[in-house]
Amino acid sequence: MLILDLGLNALVTGVVLGSIYALVALGLAITFGLLHIPNVAHPAMVIGGSYAVAISNSYGMDPLVAGVLWAIPFYALGVILYEFYSRSFESRGRGNTLQSLTLFFGISLIIEVGLVVAFGTDLRSIRAGYIGHSLTVGFIVMPYRFLIPAALAPVVIFLLWLYMTRTNTGLAIRAVAYEERALQICGLDPAAIKRHAFGIAMAMAALAGAALVITGPIDPFAGRAHIGRVFAVVVLAGMGTIPGTLVAAILIGVAESFVMTFLSPSWAPGVAFAILLATLGLRPNGLFGALR
Amino acid sequence: MKITRRNFTQIGLGTMAGIAAPAVWSGAHAQSQPIRIGASASLTGPLSGTKNLVIGYELWRDDINAAGGLLGRKVELVIYDDQSVPANIPGIYSKLVDVDKVDFLFSPYGANLTAPVMPFAKSRDRFIIGILTLAANDTIKHDKFFQAAPWGPNGAENWARGFFDLANGNGIKKMAILAADTEFSKTAAAGGRRVSEQFGMQVVDYQIYPPTNRDFSAILRNVRASAAEAVFVCSYPADSTGIVRGIQEIGIGDQVRLFGGGMVGTQYASLLENLGPALNGITSFHLYVPEPTLKFTGIDDFLSRYAPIAKQRQVDPLGFYIPPFTYAAGQLISTAVKATGTIDQAKVSQWLHANAVETIVGKMSFNELGDWTQRRVLMCQFRNIQGNDIDQFRQAGKQVIVDPPAYKSGDLMSLAQSRKA
Repeated sequence: MLILDLGLNALVTGVVLGSIYALVALGLAITFGLLHIPNVAHPAMVIGGSYAVAISNSYGMDPLVAGVLWAIPFYALGVILYEFYSRSFESRGRGNTLQSLTLFFGISLIIEVGLVVAFGTDLRSIRAGYIGHSLTVGFIVMPYRFLIPAALAPVVIFLLWLYMTRTNTGLAIRAVAYEERALQICGLDPAAIKRHAFGIAMAMAALAGAALVITGPIDPFAGRAHIGRVFAVVVLAGMGTIPGTLVAAILIGVAESFVMTFLSPSWAPGVAFAILLATLGLRPNGLFGALR
Repeated sequence: MKITRRNFTQIGLGTMAGIAAPAVWSGAHAQSQPIRIGASASLTGPLSGTKNLVIGYELWRDDINAAGGLLGRKVELVIYDDQSVPANIPGIYSKLVDVDKVDFLFSPYGANLTAPVMPFAKSRDRFIIGILTLAANDTIKHDKFFQAAPWGPNGAENWARGFFDLANGNGIKKMAILAADTEFSKTAAAGGRRVSEQFGMQVVDYQIYPPTNRDFSAILRNVRASAAEAVFVCSYPADSTGIVRGIQEIGIGDQVRLFGGGMVGTQYASLLENLGPALNGITSFHLYVPEPTLKFTGIDDFLSRYAPIAKQRQVDPLGFYIPPFTYAAGQLISTAVKATGTIDQAKVSQWLHANAVETIVGKMSFNELGDWTQRRVLMCQFRNIQGNDIDQFRQAGKQVIVDPPAYKSGDLMSLAQSRKA
């Protein structure tokens, strides 16, 4: 009975954690998976989103509503950032190189230092009525502070998937990942499409930031803990697959949760990479890479 | 030219006066120079949450100067930002000693940042006061090192021993240990396991978790399944928050009577404000709380002067954890210098080894390693926390001291009992 209790709770916890991981990785699935931009600053951008949401929450705004509202200015920031990146690197033929990796590493540091200067290094939390309460169904007890942000992930991923597959702009974003010149022949501006896609990725960072700060307190350096895992999720899913991101993240979340429950919590961080290596050995394009 | 005996004497005296003049002048000049105290502080970087320690130094300097200075000389602080980076420390302290010519040193905050300066202090034979540095002098054995915080002898292993004394005193037989996967936490956890076994307790669960972990539901379920009666936790602020929330949301079972011990973060206002009533029943370490058993001379005045400065600088509004101890570090220097009538480092050190000093955090006396002769790490149980108002923590009865017995302000209540209360 005890094993069943622990096992069921581990499974549900894993699914919930995986959904949150998916939300955090979603922006990177666009920038890295579709645009092939090694945006190592994405987790720092997510933490930037968390701080923005925490500020709104200090005025009484619900964190998820704040996340949705902050997605708009974050979109604009993403457009500006891509424009800078495009002019500095891509237009000079230096995009997607070690130099662009260095650029985004630098942006990550700037965001962290900016947050330290503006808010200090104290942990920052939010308040919401559901934090501190749980949903109990039989054996399963799940805190709302994980459940609610986890529920946001499938909704956002479904909407993004609809946008990518049912709208011309969405199709253009997917097309730009394959062949920019074909897009130009069709009369579209690849740079404008990429700018828009980067803006969406930044908007996703604001939503992910809201989800993350609901689960627990953050500090300016909290993004560093997620860098490895989000890249693992994107690569495991297969570059550029939006629904695949959710599946890969849940797979990692469930594996981590079982390892934490039945083996040792210390081993959990290695699980994502163990699964990644094992999967890439069998399927070099990731779980869903061939389905694009 | 013929030199007479009188001329020779005059020339000789003139030459000697010329040679002696700079020394006489600089000696007199030095007497009018301020006494300089050097330190580094983490004003930026990951440890910048500790920068409120500077307020303690500044208030001490202001008090000394307002009272006429030390040996008639003003006291001056020379503080550099170490950016929370250990690699910056040797350069900063070399500059303090060789360029700024400071007379005394305060260490950086904590063990990690202090470790690089200890060999330097020993090789240059400099007087230095450790600022909450755990076991900084255990291997170096520098005779001019003194510890401001009450970790006591063999602090690395024993700083949280009060938790196990409590468990033993309350008849607890089954202990669980949770620790973050860091050097500090694991050392404390290993020490906790040894002490538990010495007391005849069974360690029924021993979990080391990654420091980036935020979901503790699986860990807490395992603790509940182990039927532990006490849980010793060595955590950092973010995980402390996750663990306290986890207890609130998932529960840990009524059999757990004692929970906490080494939870870093429960000393800081930001975490107290965030967690509020979820803290009730948790027992964690502290160095000072406003309980009636810790009414030392000057502490209330210090805290009342600290509060407006902290508000203006947007640092920890309570300031219980570090600033009183940096003020007390200053008091160690001023008391010893006044008593010896000199700033000679050897004499000041000898005096501190031989005499106790009354400070705003109590009487300090030091062993041969410069640690407090007796551990006075407090184990405090959160009680009657209502809402998230930070000012309630300034009142007595919110963080009840349950160990050590000499400073006890209440008896331990079981976790479940105090949460219901």
